[in-house]
Amino acid sequence: MEQFIFWAFAAMLVFSACMVITVRNPVHAVLFLVVAFVASSGLWLLLEAEFLAIALVLVYVGAVMVLFLFVVMMLDINIARLREGFIRYLPVGAAFAVATVVAMGLVVGSKNFGLERYAAPARKAAGYDNTAELGTLLYTRFLYPFEIAGLVLLVAIIAAIALAMRDTRQVKNPKPERQVEVRREERVRIVKMPAERRT
Amino acid sequence: MSVLGWLQQHVFFWMSPPWWTFTSILLQIVALVVPLMLGVAYLTFAERKIIGWMQVRRGPNRVTFFGIPWLRGWGQPIADAFKLMFKEIVVPAGANRFLFLLAPILSLGSALAAWAVIPLDATMVVTDINAGLLYILAMTSAGVYGVIIAGWASNSKYAFLGALRSAAQIVAYEIAMGFALVSVLIAAGSLNLRTIVLHQDGSMAHWFWLPLLPMFVVYFVSGVAETNRAPFDVAEGESEIVAGFHVEYSGMGFAVFFLAEYANMILIATLATVMFLGGWLSPLQGLAELGGGSTEALFATAYVGAFLGHGLHWLVFKMVFLLLLFLWFRATFPRYRYDQIMRLGWKVFIPITIVWLIVVAVLVMVGVPPWFHRA
Repeated sequence: MEQFIFWAFAAMLVFSACMVITVRNPVHAVLFLVVAFVASSGLWLLLEAEFLAIALVLVYVGAVMVLFLFVVMMLDINIARLREGFIRYLPVGAAFAVATVVAMGLVVGSKNFGLERYAAPARKAAGYDNTAELGTLLYTRFLYPFEIAGLVLLVAIIAAIALAMRDTRQVKNPKPERQVEVRREERVRIVKMPAERRT
Repeated sequence: MSVLGWLQQHVFFWMSPPWWTFTSILLQIVALVVPLMLGVAYLTFAERKIIGWMQVRRGPNRVTFFGIPWLRGWGQPIADAFKLMFKEIVVPAGANRFLFLLAPILSLGSALAAWAVIPLDATMVVTDINAGLLYILAMTSAGVYGVIIAGWASNSKYAFLGALRSAAQIVAYEIAMGFALVSVLIAAGSLNLRTIVLHQDGSMAHWFWLPLLPMFVVYFVSGVAETNRAPFDVAEGESEIVAGFHVEYSGMGFAVFFLAEYANMILIATLATVMFLGGWLSPLQGLAELGGGSTEALFATAYVGAFLGHGLHWLVFKMVFLLLLFLWFRATFPRYRYDQIMRLGWKVFIPITIVWLIVVAVLVMVGVPPWFHRA
């Protein structure tokens, strides 16, 4: 049963990852990437890493990909122009692809991560709480790296806001507290004037 | 579950264990989804009736229920369901057919999937997982895909603009909701929903609505905004963009979006009950001590004791009360302007939740009685 679930998710992951880079429509590509994330979160669940699995869905599927989809939906991408240099750059691209595959094979191949290097992880008891374990580690042993990562993200947020912010002099922001306080007398003036007479 | 145990022994005894696992999961899903769908049907009826009464109208009063004269109007949701089922599904020209049909399923699916971890009772829960709260956040955050895909796949400017509005609103309020739930997690010290409810054990004053009052308000108002209900229903905005992201849907496609909206309302009300109003715990708990009696004696009273004590019915009562608030809001509040919605979400709710998060963390660290006192 577990084997079957693993192969199902693995096949889904490989298929959708291939579709992300081959499909023509960018919106479809983003949606296939979402499927890929869901499939890999399923694989993590099989490894009893429920915190990572759920966090992947929560952060990437629930937030990051929504923003991607937002941007991609509003772009008007011309596929024909994107394909212009395809043949010219093909040899360089292919060389890089082969080099990457070889390098990855050397690093994550069975020589380094095989069963003789790492024993198969033992199954944890039913009460095992992966989330609590991870939290304890993050806030004790890896406290400084964790806090530094948080600080880097904070700097990135502030930088993004600073880049996106326009000069305030050009923008007319509504002031809600003023809007609430407005009285009729400030906006409406009742003018008394004599009736028009036919000439 | 005892009912499942009984079924296994007396009805499905011929099944081998793997098949029984599969069947029991299926049975639990059916036992959860069927009452939920009936609840959705009669929630729409209750909405029309209650808003009718609030506006001095009668609401639906024509279709009878199996011809029983004093149940006038009670057949209305069923008649509506049949009408929607037999309507033609029109796929607009130039629409992406697959995604167009997938979108309503996605939005209903996420609303139903979250129910898997919600404890209905001390023992009644489909899966009692440790990371329940995270799972709920993940599932509810996936619901926005239904909206975005529907708007994009419809090949219509109205639907697209409606989807953008609605998705921006959902994303904005999701953050405040997430922070509110994080404060619950800090207060209870667990991500497991059953443990969260049991941590509120004691009396009505022990429930988290009191120590986390600002978070409860923020959570519920964000929930109203998250489900695109009035007064935050700019996604629908009849006077501006007709019906928002599902303007091109007809028949069953529209019906599924409609089901998803109401299922989401019920989900938000139930979650608020579990997180802040003590779930299945009885509000009478701890009251007898004030008068010199004991809660155990009160709950052991003949005949009415089972009703007064903890149980599923209290969860349903609290949920129905919160749903009534949803309807009440719709009947009485004018719609927010779009920039005001965004301001409320980003500039009011998120700062409040962050400040209160720190306050709660300090309260828990100091161990303020009666909520955070560690024995």
